Amino acid sequence: MHPAFSVVFFTTATGAGYGLLALLGVLGPLGFIAPDFWTGFVGMGLALGLIAAGLLSSTGHLGRPERAWRAFSQWRSSWLSREGVASVATFIPSGLFGVGWIFLGRLDGWVAAAGVLANFGAIATVCMTGMIYASLKPIAQWHSPYTLPGYLIFSAMSGCVLLNAVLQGFALGSEILPAFSVLLTLLGWGWKLATWRHNDQLEIQTNANTATGLSGGTVRSLEWPHTEENYLLKEMGFRIARKHASKLRRIAQALAFGLPILLLLAAFALPWPFAAALSVLAAIAQFGGMLVERWLFFAEAKHTVMLYYGR
Amino acid sequence: MTCLPSPGGKKLGLVIDLDTCVGCQACVTACKEWNTGGHMAPLTDIDPYGGHVDGVWFNRVHSYEHITEMGGRTVNFPRSCLHCETPACVTVCPTGASYKRASDGIVLIDEDKCIGCKLCSWACPYGAREFDTDVGVMKKCTLCVDRIYNDNLAEGDRVPACVAACPTSARHFGDLGDPQSPVSQLVAERGGVDLMPELGYHPTNKYLPPRAHTQRAASVAAPALEPVRAEGGFLGWVDRMLSN
Amino acid sequence: MQGPPRGANSAPSQRQLADTRAPDEGDGVDTSPNVSDSIAKTTCYMCACRCGIDVHIKDGKIRYINGNKDHPVNRGVICGKGSSGIMQHYSPARLKKPLLRTGPRGSGEFREIEWEEAFSIATERLSTIRRTDPKKLAFFTGRDQSQSLTGWWASQFGTPNFAAHGGFCSVNMAAGGLYTIGGSFWEFGEPDWDNTKYFMLFGVAEDHDSNPIKIGLGKLKARGAKVVSINPCRTGYNAIADDWIGIRPGTDGLFVFALIHELLKAGRADLDYLLRYTNAHVLVIQEPGAADDGLFVRDNDGNPLAWDRVAKRPVSATDADARPALTGSYDVDGRRCVTVFQLIADRYLDESYAPDAVAERCGISAGTIRRIAAELAHVAFEQAIELPVAWTDWAGRRHETIKGRPVSMHAMRGISAHSNGFHTCRAIHLLQVLLGTVDVPGGFRFKPPYPRSAPPGPKPCGKDVRPMTPLGGMPLGFVCGPDDLLVDEAGTPLRIDKAYSWDSPLAAHGLMHTVIRNAWAGDPYPIDTLMMYMSNMAWNSSMNTVETMAMLTDHDEAGNYRIPFIIYSDAYYSETVPFADLVLPDTTYLERHDCISLLDRPISHGDGPGDAIRHPVVEPDRDVRPFQSVLIELGARLGLPGFVEEDGSAKYRDYADYIVNHERTPGIGPLAGWRGKDETSIGKGEVNPNQLQRYIDNGGFWHHDFTDDQRYYKMANRSYLDFAVQLGFIPKAEPIVFQLYSETMQRFRLAARGHGRVVPPQSERERVETYMDPLPFWYMPFEEAAVDLEKYPLHALTQRPMHMYHSWGSQNAWLRQITSQNRLFVHHRTAAGLGLADDDWVWIESINGKVKGQIKLVDGVNESTVWTWNAIGKRRGSWGLKDDAAESNRGFLLNHIIGDQTSADAQGKRYSNSDPVTGQAAWFDLRVRIVKCAAEEAGFTEPRFERFHQPPHFEPPPDMLTFGAGFRQARKAAQ
Repeated sequence: MHPAFSVVFFTTATGAGYGLLALLGVLGPLGFIAPDFWTGFVGMGLALGLIAAGLLSSTGHLGRPERAWRAFSQWRSSWLSREGVASVATFIPSGLFGVGWIFLGRLDGWVAAAGVLANFGAIATVCMTGMIYASLKPIAQWHSPYTLPGYLIFSAMSGCVLLNAVLQGFALGSEILPAFSVLLTLLGWGWKLATWRHNDQLEIQTNANTATGLSGGTVRSLEWPHTEENYLLKEMGFRIARKHASKLRRIAQALAFGLPILLLLAAFALPWPFAAALSVLAAIAQFGGMLVERWLFFAEAKHTVMLYYGR
Repeated sequence: MTCLPSPGGKKLGLVIDLDTCVGCQACVTACKEWNTGGHMAPLTDIDPYGGHVDGVWFNRVHSYEHITEMGGRTVNFPRSCLHCETPACVTVCPTGASYKRASDGIVLIDEDKCIGCKLCSWACPYGAREFDTDVGVMKKCTLCVDRIYNDNLAEGDRVPACVAACPTSARHFGDLGDPQSPVSQLVAERGGVDLMPELGYHPTNKYLPPRAHTQRAASVAAPALEPVRAEGGFLGWVDRMLSN
Repeated sequence: MQGPPRGANSAPSQRQLADTRAPDEGDGVDTSPNVSDSIAKTTCYMCACRCGIDVHIKDGKIRYINGNKDHPVNRGVICGKGSSGIMQHYSPARLKKPLLRTGPRGSGEFREIEWEEAFSIATERLSTIRRTDPKKLAFFTGRDQSQSLTGWWASQFGTPNFAAHGGFCSVNMAAGGLYTIGGSFWEFGEPDWDNTKYFMLFGVAEDHDSNPIKIGLGKLKARGAKVVSINPCRTGYNAIADDWIGIRPGTDGLFVFALIHELLKAGRADLDYLLRYTNAHVLVIQEPGAADDGLFVRDNDGNPLAWDRVAKRPVSATDADARPALTGSYDVDGRRCVTVFQLIADRYLDESYAPDAVAERCGISAGTIRRIAAELAHVAFEQAIELPVAWTDWAGRRHETIKGRPVSMHAMRGISAHSNGFHTCRAIHLLQVLLGTVDVPGGFRFKPPYPRSAPPGPKPCGKDVRPMTPLGGMPLGFVCGPDDLLVDEAGTPLRIDKAYSWDSPLAAHGLMHTVIRNAWAGDPYPIDTLMMYMSNMAWNSSMNTVETMAMLTDHDEAGNYRIPFIIYSDAYYSETVPFADLVLPDTTYLERHDCISLLDRPISHGDGPGDAIRHPVVEPDRDVRPFQSVLIELGARLGLPGFVEEDGSAKYRDYADYIVNHERTPGIGPLAGWRGKDETSIGKGEVNPNQLQRYIDNGGFWHHDFTDDQRYYKMANRSYLDFAVQLGFIPKAEPIVFQLYSETMQRFRLAARGHGRVVPPQSERERVETYMDPLPFWYMPFEEAAVDLEKYPLHALTQRPMHMYHSWGSQNAWLRQITSQNRLFVHHRTAAGLGLADDDWVWIESINGKVKGQIKLVDGVNESTVWTWNAIGKRRGSWGLKDDAAESNRGFLLNHIIGDQTSADAQGKRYSNSDPVTGQAAWFDLRVRIVKCAAEEAGFTEPRFERFHQPPHFEPPPDMLTFGAGFRQARKAAQ
């Protein structure tokens, strides 16, 4: 699948944003974070900013962005519609939560309730995003049990690392959050490795024989219906060389998992402001790494239509 | 509404005979020609005279080599929307632009609702949908919905353009929901198949496999020729035959 | 209730729904849009197939084009090209105004001129030629469907130098058939699709009879008849064959002889058919050294004789009551003679034609050859059919049924384009005749006006070329012996293309492919003006393109062009336009009148004759004129007899006027339908001023259906022959005898032995002796015989893709999307042996040069053969394409490396790369090797040529096409 930047950035940014929002939504009311103006402002600003930037970016993928509002109508059947509804719906509790925290300086009562609702909304939205991909049968790499948990894990992971960076920035670091960040990053790494392993060993039932109805033997593409690239080839015919892919996998692992873990471990050992700087660096590295991971998520996904083209 | 209608009786679709298709592209351009001025007009062509030409088409013909223990065979393969019974391209659509008609099963796009998110094309395993970058909406085969019921056309012309054009009679049209219809009977007789049945989209269109791989393979049970047994060999035989 | 279904696609599974009322879906879809304001029924010209089309006009534009269901050619279907006619009509490559060259020839630098200036330039030039030496005008047309006009124009001008493109297309098939059975494959015959049970297809990728063949194949498939294809490439029609025989190119003749060998050996020949319809029983003089050795024994009236085996004496071979012998040697008036059939048996029963002897050369196992022979015999003789229709033969014998042997054959390019194609074509006809399958139910059928006598008349004219004097007849025709050749006393050709010379005696279509070289070389003489129409001679219609372009631009010592003046007419900016000095812009096929005439290439089929017209469907939006009307006006300005009245005024207003009012012989004009004052005569009759309107009212065509008893055995069917005389197809109702042994050819052989008034020069005698064999034989294609096969181990072929066959598809926005880059198809085992992988770029090298392209590995090709789609490669600056178009960067033209001449013989003479009998261009003889190119050479084709300048006021092609959007907007507005 063509790794369009708008979509790569959209899923990465909203994943991190919703992860952060979900954590803020529960950790604030639980008293883990004090209702401080700047913490709230930066934390919620970052979360909602990432979400908004992601959603805005996703409209860049649309042919008719001015009609984007129509996407809320088909929530009964469409995961994309549900995602749209959930994302917008989540803005309501998260907005209230943000107002309560930042302007009213409180994280109890209805603000706490809004936070919990925002948490639910964030998790739900990420689930919807995951399901958009997981529900697509023509793309075996996505239509897998690994996709939905992957989206949730990466969201939680990047949200946690971000939150850690924010709190460290305000010298509010605890030991639990970096520890969770490291653990979630390890979990993400493991999940990604397992996903890749699963995908690399995929035995896909759908092949050129079933695609053409020509049973037995081999079916080789002789001539395409057109000699230049068309929409299908541009959108779904993206190919990445194995060598290139494995290099990018290494880069993605280093940036998204390896480096953040090292930086976070170092942050444990170092005093503020070094710990804060390293935590921020860890979050930035991870965000970059996740962009590469998401790029690969698309680039390595093969659509059944390419069977018709012998690719 | 992108929820699928409850299954109705009528399932209009095409039957494509891979035994007979010579890959002449007649159905391809007949489709382009009708539809570029039809319900989904236009079928935009980008860079039509340049090096990156890329147009919207509803029907494309591939060719394959099918190599089995029985030998090789070249197969021409028209590919278009199969008007599936459970089309994910419809259910994934967030806007309701993509829909399946309850009355005849045709899968259509309401262009005015389409936001051009392309998800339907991702959800279609068959590559039946093509994006018009100029107007920013998805387009697809309409099964010539503006022909098959068209009062302004002579009755005999009320078939999809591809079926009317096909010079080898490799394309058939009808109600595949009616087991008694001529197309259903053709499918039953020739062992018509679904494409990618394992994905569970339940395509309406069927493909008739090449007969070299079916029981209908044409063979002539000819005994080997034996030299004539007549005095004087062949010429002697000629003389004998003429004097009879 | 509906009426009976019309058209080809009318099976129950192809009809409209039982109830076509739109269901109440409520989705707002307009299921009944108004699609056209008017429908014009005319004839397609996207290729040579001549299908009937319905052009739907909406809001003054062409909304769409579909097949005419009532038309006898296509019966409602339409091909990939036909449906793309809109894009041809609105092509950005259309010429807009007459052009006069301003820059060097070949640059494409022109200025626009008015038609009056164009006419006066042409008139002045041509009238000087006509006053001095008319043969200095060479007039050659391409895919011309108006040859009865263009040929007649040349003859009225007085030049013998006229032909169309048949010389590199089909003349081996036409001549091979016409000299043998009085009809031919190509577009003048067809298999009996409704009755055949076994169909053999030789060397056809696509053909003039494009849609009829496809409709026919569909019928065979639906009925379960067996389809056998003999073709090195498994594409298109061959893809759906039940049996694909991937023969080595140029060996079809050997394969056919092996089949004949097997059939004869097994006594599987239709003796009765041979006796009734062929010259198998005719006696041939066997007296080596005599002036009539090898000719037929004739009686005093000139009738060939046969031997009556009962009366034991010679009898007229056409005596219906005789009991002729088919075999044996006899003494007639003291001279030894044998039957034709004896000669046939002697030749083909020889072990050199046994399956085992030919298998390796053909690349087909002996077992396969034996199996095919057995199947042919089985179907022909054990599955014979009878139609319950009584008929009467020429001799008055009544037959209660029509008997048929349901084996049919069709052959074209793969046979035609080899230097042994004429004899191979004759071999296939011999096979058909031995099986008794010509014009019988289930066999091969003639389309009227064929069959005609083999060969048909008249003879070519051009012996006596004089200023201001028309030729005695048409420039093209059929020779019957050396006396009919167009050569002078020394044996020098009289025609610029050397047709009807010792180089190519039976050149029935002329040799367009030799004109540029001969005119450049002044061999046999220099010319002044080369006038061409609709033929891309500076590119894909020439062999040896690189040199051809150089010859078109070459200067003599004085600095003048060696071909002094070139007039060219085309509708589009092809690669040839920039080489013209004067360009006459033609219309598209939807803006003109045409007639598809029985005098030329009609729309007949086996069940009856027909002809058709084109008429303007839309008005030109540019200053262009139909070439035929231009030619008629030019004829009038030149004062050519036939084009002017006695007072010197123009006889015809334009082509439409000519079509209605011209009479070639009294009562016979371009169109056969609705003739006479009462509009009811067919074939012959007075001029009917309303004739065109009657055609338009009838859907653009006229067609006559035979009675049931006229449909078969037309070569000997009294009712048919009488009808054919009545319509002027043949002069007399005499049977047409299939010439298995060609006396015409033997006359050339005798001349080579020094007999007769016209004899070949000493240097040509061996060649004439060898190739003018009166019985078909096989010889190795010339290039294969000449080159080092170790060095050039592969055959290289081209075929036109079906969606572009005989069309100018690369300018067509839709068709070029299907194919804008051609690959070289290579068998994967061959590639593996050469260390080549899929998508590699390779040099394709022949003795004539090299060209670079990208390969695609395949399974379905003869392993010693590589091939590509023809004429996809285009020159930069032509056809309205942008500079980055794949056609001029990645597509390649194989013609660059096909020689237009043979290698020098022992005397150093180089002949045209053509069949030695007919002059058919032998572009399938090409031998090549392929070599992987260096890494830095990959990704683009070579050779590439300088970009052509664009004509004045040529707009750059659009970046986007949204054709049809307007119709939708108009519909919306109307709602």
